[in-house]
Amino acid sequence: MKKSSLKIRHAKNYLFIGIIGLCSILLMIPLILIFYQLITLGGKSINLTFLTQIPKSPGESGGGIYNAIVGTTLLVALASLVSIPLGILTGVYISEYQNSRLSGAVRTCVDILQGTPSIVIGIIVYTWVVRPMSQFSAISGGVALGIMMLPVIIKTTEETLGLIPMSLKEASLALGVPYYKTILKVVIPTGFSGILTGILLSISRVAGETAPLLFTAFGNAFLTYSIFKPISAIPLLIFNYATSPYEEWHQLAWGASLLVVGMILLLNLVAKGVTKR
Amino acid sequence: MTESVLRLDHFNFFIGENQILNDINLKFQRKKVTAIMGPSGCGKTSMIRCINRMNEWVKNARVEGEILFYGKNLFQMDPILLRRKIGMVFQRPNPFPTMSIFENVIAGYLLNGIKLSKTDKERIVEDSLRKAALWDEVKDGIHRKGTFLSGGQQQRLCIARALAMNPRLLLLDEPTSALDPKATSHIEELIIELKKTVTIVLVTHNIAQASRVSDFTAFLYLGELVEYGETTKMFTVPEDKRTEEYLTGKFG
Ligand SMILES: Nc1ncnc2c1ncn2[C@@H]1O[C@H](COP(=O)(O)OP(=O)(O)OP(=O)(O)O)[C@@H](O)[C@H]1O
Ligand SMILES: [Mg+2]
Repeated sequence: MKKSSLKIRHAKNYLFIGIIGLCSILLMIPLILIFYQLITLGGKSINLTFLTQIPKSPGESGGGIYNAIVGTTLLVALASLVSIPLGILTGVYISEYQNSRLSGAVRTCVDILQGTPSIVIGIIVYTWVVRPMSQFSAISGGVALGIMMLPVIIKTTEETLGLIPMSLKEASLALGVPYYKTILKVVIPTGFSGILTGILLSISRVAGETAPLLFTAFGNAFLTYSIFKPISAIPLLIFNYATSPYEEWHQLAWGASLLVVGMILLLNLVAKGVTKR
Repeated sequence: MTESVLRLDHFNFFIGENQILNDINLKFQRKKVTAIMGPSGCGKTSMIRCINRMNEWVKNARVEGEILFYGKNLFQMDPILLRRKIGMVFQRPNPFPTMSIFENVIAGYLLNGIKLSKTDKERIVEDSLRKAALWDEVKDGIHRKGTFLSGGQQQRLCIARALAMNPRLLLLDEPTSALDPKATSHIEELIIELKKTVTIVLVTHNIAQASRVSDFTAFLYLGELVEYGETTKMFTVPEDKRTEEYLTGKFG
């Protein structure tokens, strides 16, 4: 009697493990299919021309997406320039003053910001930046992406610093190191790998964003390095080319999709590696 | 007569509603070792944390009365400068995980942005590590991370880090509680050696240790100073019944 009920329990356990295992495998199938599709359709367009040339006129074959690669790089750089220091410092504040009323308010704002649809951030930046400048520009696109990067950076910074023991800060303070130097030279470096992970994940999050760029960076068929002019970006190029009637452009869109997904994958792997250290 | 480096004068310490230290009057003699003893939770750590003003980082902490450091009220001094003159070694070792052994020793200079020449750095590191009885064990891997060391080695590294700043007063909070007998006797020799130049406050639960290295002993009980006197005298003929009970192992 006892033995058989034990057997049933074992069987139930195996059944349960089997079901959750199966679900995990099912989850991986769409991911693998996406990669397969991207590689078969976009793989052949990725070559040196693709990476170094700007698009040709419709109907002509060849050409690349160099302008969009420059654009995305520039946009992400502009976004990082403000959001990384601002995000880290905000994260430091809310982890240092966990129970202050301001920290509570900041946390709520961060949650709301994280849930705000990216298209809404796009139109808000349009009214804040594009209208006053009377110009679509890389700057406005950078602002939109920067706003989207903030919540991830703030949250990971707070979580990372929360794990640093008080005794470490005290070690520094007891040596007569002022509070601000303790934060800058002990606390932040100790949590560096965690903060870096947050930064990489936030970049991978915005690198593929299209909606916030529609009314800000706008897109540009030509190459520009100016931050005051409309600029292309890989996801914008995908959107424009995939909806065009030209087969050559469809090809470029597939290649660009593979490129951006590969980039995001790489960033995530690097972030994983950084966390492990 | 030796002069007093540090004096607690009607000193009280509160955290929120709790009174942790109650009307403490105590003098610490120059270049002597004073042991602070008493059962767990009696306020030993709290007392030495008040001396270098670390308790200011504790929420709702409040002090009453004075602590005089070389005759001046310590609470009116710049806490940053004060902490550079008062070294502290914590109950649990806390080396900086991002720094090498070498950098850990001179962390007080590095973090404060005090420039040192290469030879000065090397001299200070070797001197401090020798004093902390760690040099021979680490000299071949001085640029490895400090967190690779064993717990006892880490504690000696923290002692070296405090010594590197040339403190006038050294606060040691159970510095040997994580050490094996050999490392403990190293540290005890070090304390005896050090008192030629610095005043030392040593928190310890180890009665034998207190009798080996300390000149004076203060006995705390529930936040009050029960007895203070020369160690040899107190350990042979304690005046207070509670001290006697503690020394004979009846509690604590
Ligand atoms: N941050 C704090 N908040 C509230 N109470 C505290 C805090 N730190 C210490 N206390 C209280 O102060 C009292 C004295 O603590 P303290 O750490 O000074 O004891 P101790 O004598 O060093 O004990 P031990 O020998 O165990 O190290 C204890 O009752 C403790 O609960
Ligand atoms: Mg203690």
